[in-house]
Amino acid sequence: MTALLQVQGLGKRFGGFVALADVSFDVAEGERLGLIGPNGSGKSTLVNCLCGTLRNESGEVRFAGQKLAGLNAHQRIRRGLARSFQLPRPFGTMTLAENLRVPILYAVQPRGGARVPDIARRCTDLLGMVGLADKADRKPADLTQIEMRKLELARAMASEPRLLIADEAMAGLSHQEVDEILALLLRLNAEGVTIIMIEHIMRAVLAFSQRLVVLVAGRKIADGDPQAVVREQAVVEAYLGS
Amino acid sequence: MDLLQLDLLGNALVSGLLLGAFYAAVTIGVSISFGMLDIVNIAHPAFIILGSYTAYIANTTLGVDPILASIVLLPAFYLLGVAIYTVYDLAFERRGDASIRGLAFFFGLLFITEVTLVLVFGVDYRLVEAVYVGPSISLGPIDLPLRLLVPALVSLALIGALQVFMRHSFTGRAIQAVAQDPLALRLMAANPTRIKRIAFGLSIATASVAGAVLIVIQPVEPSIARDYIGRVFAICVMGGLGSFGGTVAAAMTLGIVESLTATFSGPSWSPAVAFGFLLLTLALRPTGLFGRS
Amino acid sequence: MRTAGFVVLLLVVAAAVFGAARLVDNPYAFFAGYVVLQYIVLATAWNILGGYTGYVNFGTAAFFALGAYSTVALHKLTALPLPAMMLAGGIVSGAVGLGTGYFTLRLRGTYFSIATLAMAVVVQTLITNWSFVGGSRGAYVVRPAEVMGLDYVQYLFLLMLLLAVAAVTIARTIERSRLGTGFAAIRDDEVAAEANGVPTLRLKLVATALSGGLMGMAGAPLPYYVTYLDPASGFSLSYAVNTIAMPLIGGTASWIGPVIGAVLLGTLQQVATVTISSALSLLIVGLLLVGFVVAAPRGIIGWFGK
Repeated sequence: MTALLQVQGLGKRFGGFVALADVSFDVAEGERLGLIGPNGSGKSTLVNCLCGTLRNESGEVRFAGQKLAGLNAHQRIRRGLARSFQLPRPFGTMTLAENLRVPILYAVQPRGGARVPDIARRCTDLLGMVGLADKADRKPADLTQIEMRKLELARAMASEPRLLIADEAMAGLSHQEVDEILALLLRLNAEGVTIIMIEHIMRAVLAFSQRLVVLVAGRKIADGDPQAVVREQAVVEAYLGS
Repeated sequence: MDLLQLDLLGNALVSGLLLGAFYAAVTIGVSISFGMLDIVNIAHPAFIILGSYTAYIANTTLGVDPILASIVLLPAFYLLGVAIYTVYDLAFERRGDASIRGLAFFFGLLFITEVTLVLVFGVDYRLVEAVYVGPSISLGPIDLPLRLLVPALVSLALIGALQVFMRHSFTGRAIQAVAQDPLALRLMAANPTRIKRIAFGLSIATASVAGAVLIVIQPVEPSIARDYIGRVFAICVMGGLGSFGGTVAAAMTLGIVESLTATFSGPSWSPAVAFGFLLLTLALRPTGLFGRS
Repeated sequence: MRTAGFVVLLLVVAAAVFGAARLVDNPYAFFAGYVVLQYIVLATAWNILGGYTGYVNFGTAAFFALGAYSTVALHKLTALPLPAMMLAGGIVSGAVGLGTGYFTLRLRGTYFSIATLAMAVVVQTLITNWSFVGGSRGAYVVRPAEVMGLDYVQYLFLLMLLLAVAAVTIARTIERSRLGTGFAAIRDDEVAAEANGVPTLRLKLVATALSGGLMGMAGAPLPYYVTYLDPASGFSLSYAVNTIAMPLIGGTASWIGPVIGAVLLGTLQQVATVTISSALSLLIVGLLLVGFVVAAPRGIIGWFGK
């Protein structure tokens, strides 16, 4: 089986600061990958480079066999590469249902999916999936923190992605709320969506991931079975300080 | 190129440099408000014209030197800035809705100031009297008109004083911190709103002096504020938002280019120069020609 | 309401307006009405970019004047009927909008706004130095007495009325379409819009070209209306202020806002210019603009509805 996402020698600098250096890894179709690393290790830069929000200077990203170089963010989500934002970024003047209409109209329809009469039902279904069906006509400002995260995930799912990058979807949530989001991501994966989870909450990452990649100072220092990776000397040092 | 052309070139370069120093004073307020505080005060040139008129009133009614009058009036302009910022903060920054309405707010202020000046003073050009308005110093073939030289020196003094304040006072450093990282400022135990209010007050205060030197250089009528909007923002962006050194360098470059254009292609083209520069800067290098990248 | 029904309704309203103006049977009614209609077009056009996508255009006067000056140029060169000239003016201004947008829309919205201000002065300088269209001296355009048996001023009024119907229909159609959803996403959060599949740059270019084009069409009949056009009046700042004030006072969220703003402010100024003075009437516009953005952020339509 060829990998769904192939990252080869990815590099990104900001002025003199090297944010990513020679990062390579693959993600197989249907896989659940955990991506961890201390603050400032380049995780968000990596997400932004994968999704087209930033341009990488060196290296290559292939998605479903195709090179992504030169494609904008909107072209990448149309090909099935979706992300949720670390800090939720809802469309503030729209209702929750309208929020979901955006990716349906602009990411799913250009591929030839989602016929117009089905859109409203699809929005309701998606909101139901994250438990927000009764708030379809509310504005994002009325939501709690966890509801905002759920909306963010539902909107990413509305684009019917093949690969979802969940960027710290659980930061700041309570123990029970973390479990809710975790269950949601596991269910999506069971439906066939490949997921990269970026997370600080080790309990959640370990429960979720089949494989773990560790970034430190813009470099990949470990990649493999989660239980084995967290015991590696380099990883322990990076987290606890040498 | 014959000797006459060389003379013209030399004079154009010198007056461009002097003009540039004055442009820097006109821009410095926007370098603070737009460059450091991210407040798009497009009304700034209108407050400069207001400064021209207050200097004009002091000069014609009391016979005071216009530049001296503008220095005395600094506190009044500072308070005007504080008042405007207070409204701006309450109406836009607190609501997290500064973009469209904030721009429209300052556009409205620009317009109100201009129309009010028209209603009070009419559309006639106004002049001031001072000992340095007529004479010039000659250095060989180069003429140094005092009505350009004195404003240039005053402008550089104004910017120098602001630079010293920004570098060496607690408030000045806090203003620079607010430009870079509001969180760091909170760690310094300073109130960002208060610091911004002071900074905005300062930015409007500079309009008093800039207005006075403007009316020394050229006769003023209310609508010329608009010619300066392009210059001011062109210089501010080219200079790399918020950098005083960059502002002076960009202002002098623009002064020289404008002065050369006026000398060799005719003065009716010079407003387009500034805006052309601005459009090019925005299209090619939005981080500024002289700024940190 | 379906678009077809809406257009029929608008046309009925337009016919009623035209009929009423003829009943008044005072040439001034048509002169004043023309200005109000022109502002409905300008305010609606501005709102397509400013209200829907959140990009503030300070350069209305330039787009408007480009339309007017393309008519001056065509008037000297050809004998085209006015509707064709309006189309030409729209194309010129739309192209300039596209060009300005192409260079500046990748940047933050603020820079776009400043660039439009700059563009207005550059265009004004070019026109002022272009003697073919009169340069700084201005140009005279002879207005025919009548066209097809209709008094020419009434004809101008009628054309502007139809353009207003078209502009409002376009705005309302956009609001309810996929395009409108994309515009709103850009206005709310451009990064999130792009990440959700919205081709942000392309949509912003559509908005600038459409908005600029409608402004150009609104400006095209101006030379026939004023019969003497010079850069100072064609590029008057009052166009820019009015076109920003009207949507913000009426409300930017819906097509009706700019219409309400244009009718109220346009009529107010027509009355105030006659009874007080034109400078004072402009001061009132400025004060209302500042007052509304500070105290009533959602405009007049914010007072009604949810």
